[in-house]
Amino acid sequence: MLPSELKPEQFNGYPPEARKLVTEYVASLRRLPLSFLPSLLREVIEYDFKFPAERRALEKELANLNSLSSEQIKDWLQGFAQIRLSFQLENSDWVNAPSQFVEQLSSHLWTTHQLDAFRIAAVAYADRLRAVVPAELPPVPRLGITVIGQGVTAHDEPLFRKLRSHGAYFSGVKPENGLELLLNVIAARAKAHPLPYAHWYIDGGQAAAHDPALTCVSYHALEPVRAALSAKIRAEIQRPGMGPEALRTHLAQLRPADLGLGKAGNLVLDRFQVKMLTEGSGTQIFSTTFAQWTAREALRRAQPLTLLVRFAPRQRQKPMNEMLSTSRDVAELDPLGSLMDADMGAYYNWLNLQRLTGADQSSFLVWFEGHNEAVAIGPSLPRGTVSNTSASLEQLLSWAS
Amino acid sequence: MSFDSSSRSAGDRARLAAVKASTPQELARHLAWSRREFLRSTAGIALGSSLLPSRLIARTGIPSSKRKVVVITFGGGARDQETFAPEGQENIPHLMRELIPQSAFFTQVVNRGILGHYVATASLATGVYETINNFASLPPEHPTVFEYFRKDLKRPASDAWVVAPSNGFNRIGESSHRSYGPGLGAKVILPKHLLTAATSGGGPDYEHLLRDNYETPFYTPELGGSEFELQQLGMMLKLSVDDFKTHALALSSPDELSVYIVRQLMRQQAPSLLWITMHDIDIAHAGAYSLYIDGIRRTDRLCADIWKAIQSDPEYAGKTTLFILPDFGRDSDDDSGGNGFQHHRTGDAVSRTTWMMALGAGVREGVVFDRPMESTDLVPTLGSMLGFSASLAQGKPIPELL
Repeated sequence: MLPSELKPEQFNGYPPEARKLVTEYVASLRRLPLSFLPSLLREVIEYDFKFPAERRALEKELANLNSLSSEQIKDWLQGFAQIRLSFQLENSDWVNAPSQFVEQLSSHLWTTHQLDAFRIAAVAYADRLRAVVPAELPPVPRLGITVIGQGVTAHDEPLFRKLRSHGAYFSGVKPENGLELLLNVIAARAKAHPLPYAHWYIDGGQAAAHDPALTCVSYHALEPVRAALSAKIRAEIQRPGMGPEALRTHLAQLRPADLGLGKAGNLVLDRFQVKMLTEGSGTQIFSTTFAQWTAREALRRAQPLTLLVRFAPRQRQKPMNEMLSTSRDVAELDPLGSLMDADMGAYYNWLNLQRLTGADQSSFLVWFEGHNEAVAIGPSLPRGTVSNTSASLEQLLSWAS
Repeated sequence: MSFDSSSRSAGDRARLAAVKASTPQELARHLAWSRREFLRSTAGIALGSSLLPSRLIARTGIPSSKRKVVVITFGGGARDQETFAPEGQENIPHLMRELIPQSAFFTQVVNRGILGHYVATASLATGVYETINNFASLPPEHPTVFEYFRKDLKRPASDAWVVAPSNGFNRIGESSHRSYGPGLGAKVILPKHLLTAATSGGGPDYEHLLRDNYETPFYTPELGGSEFELQQLGMMLKLSVDDFKTHALALSSPDELSVYIVRQLMRQQAPSLLWITMHDIDIAHAGAYSLYIDGIRRTDRLCADIWKAIQSDPEYAGKTTLFILPDFGRDSDDDSGGNGFQHHRTGDAVSRTTWMMALGAGVREGVVFDRPMESTDLVPTLGSMLGFSASLAQGKPIPELL
């Protein structure tokens, strides 16, 4: 089926709010090339479970497409229109299973050497959309905080090598009650700017006591979900004919209730947490990977005003099947390796924060937990500088803002 | 508060310039230029384009019938910032200090094919961008270098071998092409598979050597084709199962196990064409940066070990050319569609643009070439060196090596 044949009733299988949204725009969707439309529908079908920032962006994108004339649509999407698709793709159920279509499209693009053309078309479209529908500026400058090195007493290699050139390195930080202090700072921001999903606390281990105004995700709290997921993965890979692509499709279809979540929870956050475990690579086995990927996705999707990420030691590397087992034995930890993972993770957290609007006003702090080393980055701090001034974490945050 | 200023690093400057470059071609050129500058400044090698070519046989004095070639590929490349850039050089001391000064280094090897490890390695081995399913146990569709070599030169099966990391690579030794295929390819050894068989499934002492395919961590393809069986261990490698198990206990990773098998192969069979695919770096897919760096450091050491083995073995010394190349790169930090070092999914210029070094017999030492070439150029180059025609390969022989 081609987009020109779309009818409103074909969206009856969509969740209620997504169905309501998409049926307003069916006439517009009919004008879009098939190489483009399922990627958009993949977002639409998840509308009910999206964060507010994502919802607004999607609504604006659909409204923009609706406002374009037929000539403008051709102009905007000419790169996509030139992509050659297979008969199989055209005849797949891309309305009800847009994610599977996109997976198969990706494979088709690689195989037919059209990936570069698709990338160029996608970048051109995103640039034009950004120019016409600019992303929202935050009501207050964003703040990112990353805490690394839990459980490490000493280390050999210098920390924050990738971040030092972007801000000020401090070697005289007062570490007392540091985590509590940082959590209080972000709780105060949450109360001052009470927007849904705007203030996050992600912990790679067990979450510390925190204000309920924060959106909290922790690796430890998800232990039963991880165990349920591991059991499902082990069962699936035993099934005859199961390959990696089929397994990935199966995992992408898992819902919170399939993994013991969603009984009395927050549907949007539960869905987000399940996606972290089912779509992230390595998030099931390494807490450092979980913390980094969850931070990346929270920044990309929820576009928070405040994000605190605390890394915790991950388990030592073992064969994959053993790391996936549900053994109740206490896993051997690798604190030094985790420190290195987290140091790179902090850099990625800063990079991903920089990708959001208002980046020139945002501030960032990375702190070696329990120690006196930190890097602070912000509009008023000189780059590539070093200070041995004795300072509290609060002072660093105020200098960085 | 008081601050001391420091200047922006060369790596930062290079990255900033890379970000400003807009097209994939510009990015690839910039990447090549950065690699060249890093190598010229630290390894002291010269720009090769100013040198005049001379015939290979004149340089080596060895006829192609006596030459040997060892190819090392990495399944899972490493990015410049963790290797050749100033901040990454600490991870590759052996490449920087021992191998690069002796090598011809190509800074811009572009892979235009599918960036999955099995299909990309198959493309390297056929000289054609293969489009087979990366995750299925399928042979390449075009003749492999091993088939050209054996058929054209009438070489026995014992003269071409592959040592590969995971079950998915079992079919890489010979293609499904009707003019070549069964019986004309290389023997393939999967050391992890052998160890599993030798230890009846592994056991706690060997688990660290049996780590899985990191691209598809939850899935191991079924074996197909004619794999090297346990009983051949004693016959062909002169290695008892007990000795194999005992030695394996002293090793720390799957790639170390592969190199151990390679050395045994060199001693017992001395193949003229030996292809090793390493895989430890690909732990990056699990997202743990420290393990990715460990993989790079181990691979650096193992490459030097293989070179030393070549130099010290009379069957190989002086007549062997060693090629080292990743199958492709990894995603850059600058592409928001990826997640930095973790994957190679964006298809951006950094993930497509890699490097190759050649050293040993007939290769000029200490020169760097930054013109663009393709990863499919390897097989025709090997053909020209060893005297066979890679007639169905898409790539072109690399003149700087001939």
